[in-house]
Amino acid sequence: MTGASVKLRYFGPSASLPETQTWFAERGAATVLVLAGTGAGRALPQVEPSRWTCVLVELTTECLGLYHDEREGSNVLGFARFRLGDDATSLVEVVRQRGTSEAAVAAARDAFGGLDWEVAVCTDVSGRIVDRLLRPYLNDALTAVDEGLASAADLDLTIELGLSYPEGPIRLLERTGLADHALVSRALFDAYGEPSLVPARRARLALERTRLG
Amino acid sequence: MGSGIALVAARAGFETFLYDLDGDALERARGDIRSFLARSVEKGRLTAEEGEAAVARVVATSDVDELASASLVVEAVFEDPDVKGELLRTLHDVCPATTIFASNTSTLSITELGARSGRPTHVLGMHFCLPAQLMKLVEMSPGLETDPDVFRTAWELCEQMGQRPVRTQDRPGFVLNRFVVPLNNDAIRLVERGVAEPAEIDRAVKAGLGYPLGPLELVDLVGLDTQILLAEALYGITHDPRTACPPLLRRMVAAGRLGRKTGRGFYEYSGRTMFGASG
Repeated sequence: MTGASVKLRYFGPSASLPETQTWFAERGAATVLVLAGTGAGRALPQVEPSRWTCVLVELTTECLGLYHDEREGSNVLGFARFRLGDDATSLVEVVRQRGTSEAAVAAARDAFGGLDWEVAVCTDVSGRIVDRLLRPYLNDALTAVDEGLASAADLDLTIELGLSYPEGPIRLLERTGLADHALVSRALFDAYGEPSLVPARRARLALERTRLG
Repeated sequence: MGSGIALVAARAGFETFLYDLDGDALERARGDIRSFLARSVEKGRLTAEEGEAAVARVVATSDVDELASASLVVEAVFEDPDVKGELLRTLHDVCPATTIFASNTSTLSITELGARSGRPTHVLGMHFCLPAQLMKLVEMSPGLETDPDVFRTAWELCEQMGQRPVRTQDRPGFVLNRFVVPLNNDAIRLVERGVAEPAEIDRAVKAGLGYPLGPLELVDLVGLDTQILLAEALYGITHDPRTACPPLLRRMVAAGRLGRKTGRGFYEYSGRTMFGASG
């Protein structure tokens, strides 16, 4: 159970903390402010961070720096619950900037730890940790099948047995959405310009299909 | 890795030679095998008799001539085409023409190793996963000159060892290393660039994707020096920037931080036991 008392405010629909559930039990005076929803970042100027131990701003694929510049002793952090398509995981990535105070980072860990989520802290970079690692791998898997390295089924089986991953890359993509992968990968390509982040052919076509309706 | 493969073969009932020029390494390997099998007996996976019989089936030797009676030789030496090629050539002179040579290489061309061996029709890839004594998958790859009957025989032997062979093509990294080497490099670059600490990265990957090990835990297990070798081998062929060795990795190896085997890598460790032998 968290030691932090949290106030949660919504600014639009939230992928990390849907309003259909109760997330934080209210106990005493809140010390952590969580701004949730797609408009959380734009709402940041409405709050006074110095009133809180930390202020947590929900992000999607964007960086915290879009809403809050780096400054020494800052207590504003970003967060995003990691999702694959519509599937939410138990991971929340917490974004700190250069100069973010350690006390604020500790308060953020404490707040999300109370939800029994795994907290991973990283700096304010596009893709944070998991998407930065996952998206090139998924693009390469689609390309490998295109190139005839193995069938999709054999490729998945090899990776599931050889690395004990719960799911091979093609199965994962088909379950969670090729078009969704293309969207995330495209956003990362725009940020980094690396060829490995260009959405692979099959994902690109899936995204185009959704646009055609 | 060789001791894990020997353990798999001996556990399945094959008379097994464990060959190494280094007598101390052989002694350590025998000890690892004995410990692992003892633990398997404690856990009820083997009877005491089966465990003792498996240990007895492993003959440790530094005399290559003892391998003359083998029907299958699996080499797991240093990931270097010259080192492997020289060993295969030596084995070619020692073993009968029917002996099959399997390479546990994870990156090198089977066709090239076959050409160096003197018996290209009897050389194939048989890449066990680490730790071999626990992982069932074996990537099996024929070279361009591999005799299909030889490949079939090796496939059957692999199955008789209780393993699960999967056919892959003779391409750099086959399937597993094609994906895992650049993924691990990407994770190392996140550390190098100060994006996150190793523990944060591993926690994120395990919680977000359900992987049993984070990429940096995996590099520590495989060995940072091995990750360099794999990266260099892949980069040398593919020139894919993701396979290029991150400078941090070289610095850590220069400092003697090779991972679990030296007690320090991205994490610190105490004790040295064969993976799966404890706990």
